[in-house]
Amino acid sequence: MGLYWSFVTVLVLLAITAPTALLFGFGGATAARANFLPLRWFGKAYISVVRGVPDIAFFLFFVIALDQMFELVRHQIFCPGWAEEIWQGNDFRVCPEAKLPLGNAAQWVHEVYGFFLAVLTFAIVFGAFSANVLYGAMMAVPRGQMETAEAYGMTRAQAFWRVLVPQMWVYALPGLSNLWMILIKATPLLFLLGVEDIVYWARELGGTKQARFSDYPHGDWRLWYFLGLLIFYLAFTKLSEFVLERLMRRLSHGQATIGAAA
Amino acid sequence: MKHLILTAAAVALSAGLAHAGSHSVVRMGTEGAYPPWNFINDAGEVDGFERELGDELCARAELNCEWVTNEWDSIIPNLVSGNYDTIIAGMSITDERDEVIDFTQNYTLPDPSAYLAMSMDVDVMGGAVIAAQTNTIQAAFIAEKGWTLVEFATPEETIAAVKNGEADAVLADKSYLAPFADEDPDLMFLEQEELIGGGVGMGIRESDGELKDKFDMAIQSMKDDGSLNALITKWEIGETF
Amino acid sequence: MSCWQTIQDYGLRAIGIGERLLPREDFGLCQQFTLIGSGLIWNIYFGMLALFIGFFIANAVALAKASRYYWLRKPAEWFILVFRGSPLFIQFFLAYFIFLRIKQAGYMPWLTSAQAGALIVLVLNTAAYSAEIFFGALRSVPKGEVEAADAYGFTGWKRFVRVIWPTTMRLAWPAYTNEAIFLFHATTLVFFSGFPTWKQQGDALYYANYFADKTFNPFIPYPIVAFYFILLTLTLIAAFGMVNRRLNRHLPQERRAKMRIRPNVIR
Repeated sequence: MGLYWSFVTVLVLLAITAPTALLFGFGGATAARANFLPLRWFGKAYISVVRGVPDIAFFLFFVIALDQMFELVRHQIFCPGWAEEIWQGNDFRVCPEAKLPLGNAAQWVHEVYGFFLAVLTFAIVFGAFSANVLYGAMMAVPRGQMETAEAYGMTRAQAFWRVLVPQMWVYALPGLSNLWMILIKATPLLFLLGVEDIVYWARELGGTKQARFSDYPHGDWRLWYFLGLLIFYLAFTKLSEFVLERLMRRLSHGQATIGAAA
Repeated sequence: MKHLILTAAAVALSAGLAHAGSHSVVRMGTEGAYPPWNFINDAGEVDGFERELGDELCARAELNCEWVTNEWDSIIPNLVSGNYDTIIAGMSITDERDEVIDFTQNYTLPDPSAYLAMSMDVDVMGGAVIAAQTNTIQAAFIAEKGWTLVEFATPEETIAAVKNGEADAVLADKSYLAPFADEDPDLMFLEQEELIGGGVGMGIRESDGELKDKFDMAIQSMKDDGSLNALITKWEIGETF
Repeated sequence: MSCWQTIQDYGLRAIGIGERLLPREDFGLCQQFTLIGSGLIWNIYFGMLALFIGFFIANAVALAKASRYYWLRKPAEWFILVFRGSPLFIQFFLAYFIFLRIKQAGYMPWLTSAQAGALIVLVLNTAAYSAEIFFGALRSVPKGEVEAADAYGFTGWKRFVRVIWPTTMRLAWPAYTNEAIFLFHATTLVFFSGFPTWKQQGDALYYANYFADKTFNPFIPYPIVAFYFILLTLTLIAAFGMVNRRLNRHLPQERRAKMRIRPNVIR
């Protein structure tokens, strides 16, 4: 049963992460080309630092850090008069009301929260990559377009939203679709984030089962499970390629690019 | 807004439960990949010696317990960070670990580590290749002896390594290896055994003295009336108290 | 123990030189930086070699995919689909399994070691990704340049080497830079899943994992890995930037493609 659910988990995660990461990326790219210097630094630092780190190394400590950060913030809000230290030696203790999720919450709440943290972590990592793509795409919109907008008397904000943003997508799409492919293939790392994903179950179910502990004993079947996963991923990639190609054709319609001309 | 109301309700709820101790639900963290200690059964639930033991301990301590699984690698950081309240995962009591977390009294005697190999002729001392799971006391033991160590990420892979000839023998807890030796005619125990590490106990945050006391008392009562020994025998964990 | 002593003892630990035992107490920052840095040797080894060998294979595969001949084109397309379409994680697992079988059959026992086996997987993986990038670039070589080459009387091989190939590289380079960065990041997967670690000689992530397990504090070793990789990434970008400037040196100044990421063919 867990195996089937984990497919759903992975698909749902992809469906939620992709738009969230895009949002992060949009924010990062906008920040990176802002006029306000600290904001620009922030945007550029976000893009280059997160892109520079291997995603596994990031996943291994980031989820716990994120969790502690949330709880710390909630601690400041809910328990202003808390007398005890938060860090007692190695222990991280916030007041019970600040715990996320609350200590007595049901198991599914914990799982949803873990899932949410995983989505957020993925979104932050892939947000940096998509920020990079969107930044490039914003730069790729011909300058003449922006100059024309200014000539028509649009403000900077108007020109940004009405001219730049609608046009940048066609430049961004190839990069974003590649990113989507990478995102699909990063999902086996989910088990690092405490989400029981396909790979977790493939290992679990495929591992040697002994007659003492299971009604269906079998040897090391991981190979077959992993081959199954391989086919799943190949099919998913192929499907994505097909859909993205259709999308690209739609988007380049009426645009002065090679894609449209060809 | 909805969120705020929910939270407020939860605060009121937990305030009401405050006199029942700070833990209305005790979350038990385990690995779920180490039969017979803990594993995932056909129904996808945590099962094994520690599942049964933990449920009994919780009943005796009048605690409401829930089971969660976590990767072995990050099982301690997640405990101190408060994502669950106990570790009950066949964790040997060692000095290193004791510096960071607290242990209850041991609920098993030290389990000897045994070598599982394809032939009785493997000479452990004389340059044989020994497999172990990464970051276990067995891996540290082999490294310290200066023998040829090869590490794998999961216990499953260490057994596979012996079967396919990558390693001459695997060193692990005897209770973990025993079912493999029983069911697979190719695999057998070497005579040599190693006593590494103390018994196994439950890991609990150092700041959680109250919870530790409750579990200590529950373990003691199970030791006293012999029910712990019965469980150890049932799951073939090792010697009884 | 002074930090200098630590560096002497553990600086080359990852390739088996220095202290045999890993440190077991007082895990200072110096120790962690040294040992994780020593593990980085393996990441650089895998990254550099895979990049170098993969580059040649990628060119061949890209040409095959662009070929008119069905029997050249189809295998290239499948090769690219399989290696681009599946997670590296699963590739490592399956490859290790296959290599074991080959070894059991009595051939090439060195395949199961990470140094050779994982390298082969990484080479094939990067070759597939780079081939797709080169293929995309090959198709977008301006027709005018090819016609100009024809007009100068270049034909066949000469036309390819002198005109088409340099332009392909020029167009593909920014995306190829990205691929190189990803490849170096992917090297952390080698010991993490897939290949076993011999005699505790692992890569940067292996040692970070070791420290995280000993100190139970993930907030020091993993950020150290992150720090090293940011340095590595910056070095890579600088090196590829130099090549990029050389590839574009003939273009008029303002038209030189800056090292901004071409959105076209990023991995």
